[in-house]
Parts: sequence; structure tokens; C-alpha cells
Amino acid sequence: MIDIQLKDQTLLPQDCIDFVACPKAGGSSLFIGTVRDNTKGKQVLRLEFEAYAPMAVSEMKKIAIQVKEKWQAEKVAIHHRTGTLAIGDIAVIIAVATPHRKAAFEACAFAIDTLKETVPIWKKEIFEDGEVWVAAHP
Amino acid sequence: MKIQVLAFGIAKDIIKDRALEMEVKDGISIVALKAQLCELYPDFEQLRSLNIAVNADYQNDDFILSEKDEIVILPPVSGG
Repeated sequence: MIDIQLKDQTLLPQDCIDFVACPKAGGSSLFIGTVRDNTKGKQVLRLEFEAYAPMAVSEMKKIAIQVKEKWQAEKVAIHHRTGTLAIGDIAVIIAVATPHRKAAFEACAFAIDTLKETVPIWKKEIFEDGEVWVAAHP
Repeated sequence: MKIQVLAFGIAKDIIKDRALEMEVKDGISIVALKAQLCELYPDFEQLRSLNIAVNADYQNDDFILSEKDEIVILPPVSGG
């Protein structure tokens, strides 16, 4: 089972933990991505996330399906924020439940790494003296 | 043919709008559309990558576009 959410409201880790709870799983891993207060030492005031929603959801689904197939995951939850986020806010949560613990860690790492490469979501860092679309330029 | 192209992230800043109407030749490929976009807006050439999504899916450079397609400019993604 897969739970994909893209929303402009606070993400709740407990929702993902509850979703992946499963008697067939020997372990689950949880990744929480949060807004850091600086980039290369420069103070960040806030982040703004925007998504091409239908494709973002379908690309997150593809990741979850890969995770299920490759690591025999029983359940996968991927929740991602849009909108304006303050320092410390949760931008993304990934939870994976697998029969054994090693697969849970690997699958979770694969999911966040792939999400950062393929899911059409963009974040803008707002500084005191300007703003930058993250990773747009080489 | 006339197509509408949607933009997100820095692409929106580059075209200074959320969408762009373009007159392109019938049966234009993605690679040719990218070239036309770069000609109109040279700032696209400065990006780390430039992809075009068709109907909410990634497509290769040789994919042929039609008027009915939902065409979206994808600058380098940065979610997570």
C-alpha cells in the first residue's frame, strides 16, 4: 500500500508512521526533511515550495512502486509540502516498512535521493538580501 | 500550430508569466521546442538542465508534440 500526499498544510510524521505500521514488517524507517536556517553559512529566512502537482504526485507514486518492488516494502508513505515554510518546518516525510531492517534504511535513502532528482517540485530560498531558486544554475 | 506552454520555478521568472503561447511548426519535437525557447529567452541556456514534460510525464528530446498536449517547462527540480 502506498500513501502519496502533496499539500500546503503542516506535515505530520505520526500520520506516516501510522500508515506504514504493518504486522508483516520487521522494521520501518522514517526520513524527515526540514528547513535549515542557512545555506553555506548565509542565513535563510524562509523557503517557498511550488509543484507541478499532477506530475509531482505521479512521480512520487513511481518512486513508491519502485521501493515496493526493489525492497519488498509492505507500505510506503511519501508526503511533501508546498507553500511557504519557516525554519524547522517539515518539507518532506518518507516512511517505509519492510520485512527486515536493512531494506528499510536502503529503501528510504533511495526514495529521498530519487525524489530530489525526479519529482517536479521547486524551492526558493529567501534571504535578507534576495532570493534564489535552489539548484537552478550549475 | 499554436501551443501553450506552462512554466514553474525559475522558468516562470524567465518568461515573466505562468504560461506562454507559442507559434511552432507542426510536429515539432521537444528538442526543437527547447531550441526555440532558448532563442526567445537566452536565460534558459544558463540553467543546469531543461526538461519538457508532456501530459505530466517526462519525455525524450525526440518526442513529437501536438496541440492537445499539456506542455510544461521543467527547470532543474529541487524538492525535498
